Order: sequence, then C-alpha cells, then structure tokens
Amino acid sequence: MEKVREVLSRYGNQKESLIQIMLELQQLSGNNYLPAEWVAAVSEALQMPLSKVYGVITFYAMFNTSPKGKFIVEVCKSGPCHVSGAENVLCMLEEELGIKAGETTCDGIFTLQLSSCFGACDIAPAIKVGESVYGNLTREKLKDIIVSYREGLKYAKC
Amino acid sequence: MEMINIKIDGLDVSVPKSATILQAARQLQIEIPTLCYMKGLNEVGSCRICVVEVEGWRGLHPACVTKVSEGLSVKTSSSTVRESRKNILELIMANHDRECLSCPRNQNCELQKLCNEMGVEAVPYEKRADRGTIDKSSYIVRDPGKCVLCGRCAAVCSDIQNVGVINYAHRGAHTSVTTPYGDSLSEHSCINCGQCIKICPVGALQERDDTGKVWNAVEDNELHVVVQTAPAVRVALGEEFGMQPGTDVEGKMVTALKRLGFDRVFDTNFSADLTIMEEGTELLNRLNNGGRLPLITSCSPGWIKFCEHNYHDFIDNLSSCKSPQQMFGAVAKSYYAHKAGIDAKKVFVVSVMPCTAKKFEADREELKVDGLRDVDAVITTRELAKMIKQSGIQFAELPDSGFDSLMGVSTGAGAIFGNTGGVMEAALRTVADLLTAKDLNDIEYTSVRGMEGIREANVVINGMDLRVAVVNGTANASKLLDKIRSGEAAYHFIEVMACPGGCVNGGGQPIIMDKSAAEEVKRMRIEGIYGIDRDRELRKSHKNPEIKEMYEEYMDNPGSHKAHQLLHTHYVKR
Repeated sequence: MEKVREVLSRYGNQKESLIQIMLELQQLSGNNYLPAEWVAAVSEALQMPLSKVYGVITFYAMFNTSPKGKFIVEVCKSGPCHVSGAENVLCMLEEELGIKAGETTCDGIFTLQLSSCFGACDIAPAIKVGESVYGNLTREKLKDIIVSYREGLKYAKC
Repeated sequence: MEMINIKIDGLDVSVPKSATILQAARQLQIEIPTLCYMKGLNEVGSCRICVVEVEGWRGLHPACVTKVSEGLSVKTSSSTVRESRKNILELIMANHDRECLSCPRNQNCELQKLCNEMGVEAVPYEKRADRGTIDKSSYIVRDPGKCVLCGRCAAVCSDIQNVGVINYAHRGAHTSVTTPYGDSLSEHSCINCGQCIKICPVGALQERDDTGKVWNAVEDNELHVVVQTAPAVRVALGEEFGMQPGTDVEGKMVTALKRLGFDRVFDTNFSADLTIMEEGTELLNRLNNGGRLPLITSCSPGWIKFCEHNYHDFIDNLSSCKSPQQMFGAVAKSYYAHKAGIDAKKVFVVSVMPCTAKKFEADREELKVDGLRDVDAVITTRELAKMIKQSGIQFAELPDSGFDSLMGVSTGAGAIFGNTGGVMEAALRTVADLLTAKDLNDIEYTSVRGMEGIREANVVINGMDLRVAVVNGTANASKLLDKIRSGEAAYHFIEVMACPGGCVNGGGQPIIMDKSAAEEVKRMRIEGIYGIDRDRELRKSHKNPEIKEMYEEYMDNPGSHKAHQLLHTHYVKR
C-alpha cells in the first residue's frame, strides 16, 4: 500500500491522472495487474466511485484485474502483421512457451496475448514484450527474445 | 431567448436555440420514441431509438442529443427512420433475455412497448453478449441478461443518489452495467433505495420478492399475522388498478388486506405519530441540554445506510429513534401482544412499504427486542398489488374498511411522513405545542413543503429561533452535509429522505411507465397525502388517543426507560 500512496501523492490525487496512476501501479504489482485493494484505495483517494474506476480499468485492454505473467508478450493481429505471418509468430510462441493465447506460463513469467496495431508495421510481423517492440521476426529471433527475458530474470534475482 | 425556426415533418416550429430535435418535436406533439433518454439525467444518445433524418445531413441522428439550428428540416418517421428503429430494436432484443411472460415487468416494460409500436415481429439476430446470470444475493435483484445498457440506473445511482455503485464496465460486445467485479450489491455501498428499479425500462432490476414468505405466514395457523401499511402506500396502490395517482385508497386497501387473511390490519401512520413523540422529545432534550445538533431524522433506511457509509462524523447527529416501521414491530410484539394476550413469539409482523430499503432495515441485526425481530417480512406497494391480483380480489370494487384498534388510529401528522417535508412538519406541530404549552391552531408549516431537493426555513416557536432544513435524494443530502462540515451552514433540525420527493416516490412504489409524467405523478401523490392530512380531525401526533393510551398503560412518557428499550436504536460505521 506504501507504493500506492507514493504514486497517488506524486500525481496529487488528481482524477485526471487515473490512467497514468493505474499504469504505474500495474507495473509495480510485479504481475501486471491491479490488485482489488489497490483499485479501492485509488477510488477512495481520487474520490471517484469504485464502479467508475472499475469501468475504466475494464474498458482498456491494457489493464488487468487478475494476475498475469511478469512479462506480457503481445502478438500484433492487425492487417500488415497478419499478411507478414503473424499467425506463424503466434504458433511459434505458443510452442516455445507451451501456452495458448490468453494464458500464462505456469512459472508465472509470461502471458501471451493478441494485440491491436501498435505502430510497428514497418518491421512486421511484430510483437511487444512489456514496452519493448521486436520486429522482422524469425523462429530463431523469437527463441532468443524469450530466452533473454528468462535469463534477465535470473540475473535480476541474484 | 434566441429562437430558431425549423421544420419537422413539414410543420414549421419556432424553438429556443438550445433545444434538441426531440424537444422541438414534442412542442409539436410529435412523439419521437426514446429508451435511454432521461431528461436532465441521462442525455447520452446511446440507444439510437430516437434517430431522425435531417435534410442535407448524412446518416441518421439521435434526436435526444442533436441541437436544432436555423432552417433545419427534420423527418421523424420516414421509412428509413422506421426501418432503422425497428432494426435497432431487433439488435437490442437479440441480447435481451426474452422471458416476457415470466418477467416481473411484463406489460409494464418500455422495450416491450417499443417493440409492439415499431412492429418487431421476430428477432433475426443471434445473441452475442453474455452479461452474466441473475444475482439474487441482495435486496435489489439484478438480472444482467435483461439489461439493455441504457445506463439510466447508473445515472440515477451516481447523480441523484451520489451512491454510484453500478456503472458501465468492459467494452464492445462485453459491455455490461454492473457492480465493481460483478460483486453482490450487498458487498458495496448500495443503500437499497431502489431508484434504479424505478428507472429501469425493463426487468433488469427488481426488489427481492418476499410475497412467498408473507403467503406462508398468512396460511400458518400457528402464527398471528399483523400487517402495517406505510403512509405513502395508500396514495399510490390504486395506480396498479387503473386509478389516478394520489387517489386515497386506504379503505379499500384495509379491506383487501383483511381478505388476504391478515389477523390484524394496523397502520404505520400510528407509529409515525409514535416516532414524533420520541423524536420531538429527543429534539427538545438536545436543544435544552446542549446535545449534539443538528438532529437528523432517521426514518429513511436508505439515508441511514448512506450516512453510515459516507458520513461517519454525522452518525451521532442521527436521531436514536427507530423508524416508524421498526417502532411498529417493537410495540406489536410487546404492547399489542400483551394487550391481546398473545405470545409475542407467535406474532408475525408484515410491513407494506413504498420502499425497498425497508427490507434491508428489517434485517438489521440491532433491530430486535429480547431476541425477537421487530419486523418479519417487508413487501413493497408493488408486491402487495401482486398479491391482491393473485388472489382475484377486484380492488376497485372493494368497500372501505377501517384499521383495527389499538394501533390503527393516526393523525394528519402521521400521514404526511410519506412525503418530503412531512416528518419535519409533523415534528414542528408537536414541538410547538410542547414549547408553548398551548394547542396551537396555526399548524401548516408551508415553508418546509415543496419538491425542491434542499429547502431551508427559520421557524420561530415561543421566541426560540429554529433553523431547519429538509432534504430529499441522497446527493442533496451530501451537498447539505458538506456545507455543514465546512461551516457554511448550521441547523438545529434536518429531515432527510433518501428518495427524491420522499416515500411517495420510493423504490417500492408503482412503476411510472411514462417517465415524462413522473414529476406530475409525484406531485399528485404528495397532494393526496396532504389531502389526507387536511381531512383528519386530529392533525398533531400527541393528540392521537391510542398513542396516549399506550404511553399511559405501557411506557410512561416519551423517552422513558421502557420507550428507549423498545423504540430507540444505534448505528454503525460501514
């Protein structure tokens, strides 16, 4: 809750900053989601009904109300990526991670999901992991990306 | 006011510049159908039923939110418009659980009416949205499968009541009107006022049905079932049987209740008089002994729960008096049982209330005496009408009967509890007599009457300057309490009723299908109540002979130890 209070006070408990506050909190959660107690605390601090805040966080696809993986892997499903083989990218990722789109790996590290266009059409097919965008993908490249996140995590742990 | 000339369906009309096409059409008595539109409350243009064609404009436009401009030419019922409206209805119907025959709003449903008028004969689309299953876990039952996403309930909940416990969530085909996380309303700050039920165009919101419980009690020979009827029920019940709003059907209602099998038919107006005895005494005590002021009334259970959730610093301002419903139950199971020689455990108290929050109130843990619940079952005006219809009673043809004695006599002061300003006026009538030790003739406190959300008045009684306020609708209560908190305003006595207009417009009252007539219906019901008051021989609570008799025989004086045991309560911070 300390983290929540810090973020809220940095934004001066401004209603207008709801989305930025929620984005930061989701990052801080470690599981890419907004715990219900945090959402309630934000609603109280911003003096907005909980139902309204809940409405906002369920409207935007980027917010999650239940725990997700540490990293969210998003596969672009829009036109340019589609024609450049996004379908194959999804299959490869599903194989590599052992999960289907919408699921989270049992070690809680990755969540795989589909996304609308995030503006990386020039390097289609593209994916996003967290805030980083990767394009011109091949099976090898995908493997390396996934491994780098797994490795990075090990690093962070020690 | 700047006026603008436009043409609607070939007719010329001059309307204010700020008008919408819908308003302009209504000026010409051209009725454009609406569904999500609620004047001044929900003007969002989301359902699209009100679409019209405007010459020279591309596409169709929602009349409820499209402003007029000079020279506009509008067609409100071209074949394109009619086809579109029908198509929109078909799409709404595709996602609507069409259980019309078993729906509590059958024949009283705005969607049904629109489909009938627009000639919807079949629904050619498949259901796409799954909005969840019916939630019966609270006093207000939500059936998301019937929700048409008009948003009227969410608007009334947040804007009129400042509760905001339901709102839109999710998006696209998954959009729903729901509580946070789809929880039960009971888990959140819902005050059970039922204003959402009244504004819902379909059967997506309903009160918990307690008629079964009442039928069982009535048919149980072991039980002695007594019923009480709230002041506002008798001026609205007739509407369910085709009578004018505000018609006083007290006599017919009593006859109907007797025929339904209740052992005794008593009046909540009697216990409203009792409330005044206790609350008037409490006010005088607080005024004379430096008690906490302002004293705030506690009759409205929606308001009480609102205060318990949102205004912890005002809990000690609430009158410790139980509401008339609960006072009635407490004396029915003590004084009445004693006088009638009946075992109190066998007395089953049923209330007929204009209110859905009364169901919650009856279940409150602290509202019992010696382990016996004050009130055992609460039904709304609508539920009573349903029971009368089920039993085949021809209500309109019934002869009049009077309430049973011991707890059946009431004064005009008890009657006016049913509308905003009534509790205040009833209290002032008694307090003024007590302070002056006279039987004053001037008893109509018109300064506290009316329909405005917040009314203030200065009342001078025996040289004492009383500053009072009357509030209806909990958003208005918020406004007033915020002012008191900030020191902008100060009062001695405040009446709060959770519902706009007071109990006459409670969440349990007959549904008003034509929402544009809602204000007028409210006014007529209030007029009906003041009519009852005017016609009563006794118009001051302390003149009620049955009340006097009860104090003399059973409770000594108002505020006595016994009275406190039976008639007072406490509140919790939620």
